Amino acid sequence: MSTTAAPAPGASRGDLARLERHWGETPSVRSWLTTVDHKRIGRRYLVTAGLFFALAGLSALAMRTQLARPEAGMLSPEEYNQLFTMHGTTMIFLFATPMLFGFGNVLVPLMIGSRDMAFPKLNALGYWVFLFSGLFMWASLPFGAAPNNGWFAYVPLSDEQHNPGLHMDVYSLGLLFLGVATTAGSINFIVTALKLRAPGMSLNRVPLFVWAIVATGFMVIFALPALNVDNAMLFLDRRFGTHFFDPEAGGNVLLWQHLFWIFGHPDVYIIVMPALGIVSAVLPAFTRRGVVGYPLVVLAIVSISIISFGVWVHHMFATGLPQLSYSFFSAASTIITIPSGIQIFAWLATMMLGRLVLRVPLLFVIGFIVTFVLGGLTGAMFALTAFDQQVTDSYFVVAHFHYVLIGGAVFPMLAGIYFWLPKITGRMYHEGLGRWAFWLVFVGMHVTFFPMHLYGLFGMPRRVYTYRSEAGWDGWNLVSTVGSYVLALGLLLVLVGVVHAIRRGRPAPPDPWGGDTLDWSTDSPPKPYNFPVLPRVRSLHPNWDGPSRESMATGAEPDRVLADGRRTLRTSELDGRRERAVEMPEPSFQPLVLALAMLTFFTALLLAWYPVAAGAAATVAVTLAVWLWPPRRPDTEVGVSA
Amino acid sequence: MLGGVLALTGCAGGAPSALDPAGTGAGRVADLWWVLFWISMAVFAEVMVLLVWALVFRRRRDARVRHGQPLRFVAIAGAGIPLVILVTVYALGLRDLVALGDGPGPEATTIEVTGHRWWWEVRVPGVAGATANELHIPVGEKVRIRLRTADVLHSFWVPQLMPKTDLIAGEVRETWLQTDRAGTYRGQCAEYCGTQHAHMAFLVVAEPRREFDAWLSQLGSPAARPQTDAQRRGQEAFEQGSCAGCHTIRGTGADGRIGPDLSDVGSRWSIGAGAVSNDGGHLGGWIANSQTVKPGNFMPPQPVDAQRLPDLIAYLQSLT
Repeated sequence: MSTTAAPAPGASRGDLARLERHWGETPSVRSWLTTVDHKRIGRRYLVTAGLFFALAGLSALAMRTQLARPEAGMLSPEEYNQLFTMHGTTMIFLFATPMLFGFGNVLVPLMIGSRDMAFPKLNALGYWVFLFSGLFMWASLPFGAAPNNGWFAYVPLSDEQHNPGLHMDVYSLGLLFLGVATTAGSINFIVTALKLRAPGMSLNRVPLFVWAIVATGFMVIFALPALNVDNAMLFLDRRFGTHFFDPEAGGNVLLWQHLFWIFGHPDVYIIVMPALGIVSAVLPAFTRRGVVGYPLVVLAIVSISIISFGVWVHHMFATGLPQLSYSFFSAASTIITIPSGIQIFAWLATMMLGRLVLRVPLLFVIGFIVTFVLGGLTGAMFALTAFDQQVTDSYFVVAHFHYVLIGGAVFPMLAGIYFWLPKITGRMYHEGLGRWAFWLVFVGMHVTFFPMHLYGLFGMPRRVYTYRSEAGWDGWNLVSTVGSYVLALGLLLVLVGVVHAIRRGRPAPPDPWGGDTLDWSTDSPPKPYNFPVLPRVRSLHPNWDGPSRESMATGAEPDRVLADGRRTLRTSELDGRRERAVEMPEPSFQPLVLALAMLTFFTALLLAWYPVAAGAAATVAVTLAVWLWPPRRPDTEVGVSA
Repeated sequence: MLGGVLALTGCAGGAPSALDPAGTGAGRVADLWWVLFWISMAVFAEVMVLLVWALVFRRRRDARVRHGQPLRFVAIAGAGIPLVILVTVYALGLRDLVALGDGPGPEATTIEVTGHRWWWEVRVPGVAGATANELHIPVGEKVRIRLRTADVLHSFWVPQLMPKTDLIAGEVRETWLQTDRAGTYRGQCAEYCGTQHAHMAFLVVAEPRREFDAWLSQLGSPAARPQTDAQRRGQEAFEQGSCAGCHTIRGTGADGRIGPDLSDVGSRWSIGAGAVSNDGGHLGGWIANSQTVKPGNFMPPQPVDAQRLPDLIAYLQSLT
């Protein structure tokens, strides 16, 4: 186990030159618009999701400022309602999942020893669609037409009669548009992890982070259609007068809630699962051993991804559905805490057996454990229908899900940012600055959100733009507001730390932490082709095991160099046995053109320019046809014959 | 944590706290909460002890990394013990779910509450009148509350008496209230319902049966007649102006059904479902332009003469 030595390149100088010629990208506007490199795309996901996080965070600060004292007039009710809707919608859809997809994009190919994602052009398309759909939604705010109905947009308040204007059209179309990116990304992760693992990486040697991303991908594929159908029906109801949700015409308002939460509860795990994967990836480097109970943790990941589809009604415990159904969903919601418990104790056991290296990433993991456990405990309370009915839609539930999502997703992301910053940027961060950031974020988070448990129990409902002093909630609200500024300051220090590292940071060695996975076997930052020689994996911790590392060094079998083209290896799903080399696509304008055509389509639909929408749809079809047209190349080169 | 416990028990101030229950339903949930709270504290303490142990003993440079796989520890601590705890609390929760579902019998007093953006209409079956944002219940009885909405979803929540029940468009929902403690209990809409969701509060007045019956009979009777000249001029202004198009005052020519029935407006606890307190100044401000008081509500500014306004206020305040 070495902490600094770069693996000796096992490829000849000539091979390296050819790899560079096939994979390298010279910096230019053209390459910026056409790149299909998973690392560049992943970086963009991280930066763009970070920008949306900042926007949504500033919305939250504005709301906390308004709520600092009773009956404040800083924001009008309309402004407040748009802000809390954009805060929730952005954090869930435009920050959490894209941020984790960013980590997945950068890391999955590196961790499994591949040269790119399975569908690099689809990957580029996913990013552009994410960017454009986010801009599509936020562009509505300056016009006062932003979504204003809460991030779960219950009907009938979101229908045309009760909410005229473009607000909820922006919501439904924006999320349908974004769904393209999320679905494409998920398919890509699944296929990449199943087909492009380095030879020898059988399923029981797949890093836990990759397991988590794959399980997330499957959840997205099964959960997102429910949301898409819901939003399509909402748009049809609003624009074209259908009656899916209109009780007077035989529609049903609870249909919206069922479909929304069939997506919405798995989505909680879609957000938290990859973040827990980051925790499992960070721990080995700072405890100097592998995570305890690998098979148990994998089992926990898989079982969460299945059980999460059977708990959605706990979001509807106050809607007056039959008690018998509540008792089932209550049981399922109780049981789903067990796989999370297994993971928590696996991590604790890892820390108790290893030797702790208390650097910033580990600090954030510890912050994660403290916070996420508290959020999980209140989560188990919400599984009990009677208790849920008392505290749902109060500030108690606001406290709960911020503990789960900041504790369970943001802390691991911050751990991941400090952990992989050297790998992504090639620079080390400033440890002191990182520690300050951690303590401010940790203290700020708890000062902001812990009191919300209290004033939720004291009867304060969520989503109120103001409150009366005599209700007795003012003191605690002021505490929360102060905390939110501390939290914001801490997050600002994270940003300062990242910028400082990029500008002034020491150059990072390939493996600054002594990590166990293949991402630490590459350069920092990795070459465009990731691995000069694709590794042959012999254990769960390839970077800690001599034979795996040597497989990339001098004397490697030449059939893992593949320097004569943009090629990587395809292997079997279960055992990771070598199947054949596959050709990877070149940079292309097609993803950008397709995403722009889709943006035009959705914008035209929003503004009711239907002929333009039809034209855009035709452009989408033509671009797709060009994209999918079979290339005219010899069979061997394409990889369709051996 | 200790601070948290003290805060929970002590510092609720005048808040309508679920931890200061007065009703049978809320009482059960508060008992359940304390069980859950202490179990949670125990589990949290367990995790913290393990975490701190690791931080204290496994940080030393000479700490030797151990490569065991204590699967049994993970399975017992992470799955076995939680399973026992969770089955227990699930059983407790189920017991309380059944108890909350155990509504009043068919002969019980029923009160019908209809949610509007952004106020509560209160009626009693068999009684002609209506009131707004305030409902009375007799102490000691289980009272059925029948919930409907006139527009979007709302949620009926009186933290000290009973957990929430949503008002579902196109459907009827029922809940119940029961308390042995006479008093007033604040309730508020708990399902986001648009611009003025923040100002959709109501009051539950629990009182002895005798007083409750008096409230019922008042609800069925015409409003108080004006006594002074100013009040008479006010009534005239009300009936002839735009007010009567939306509001009812029982026993007068005003019979609008769009806004709240104002037959007892002078005795209500607030104006605008908790927006401001009910006094002459606020009443005048509300009539002249309620949009400055509760922006976005559906009452347009009223073109009332400056001279007529004091009469109108005097009349409305006399309606007790």
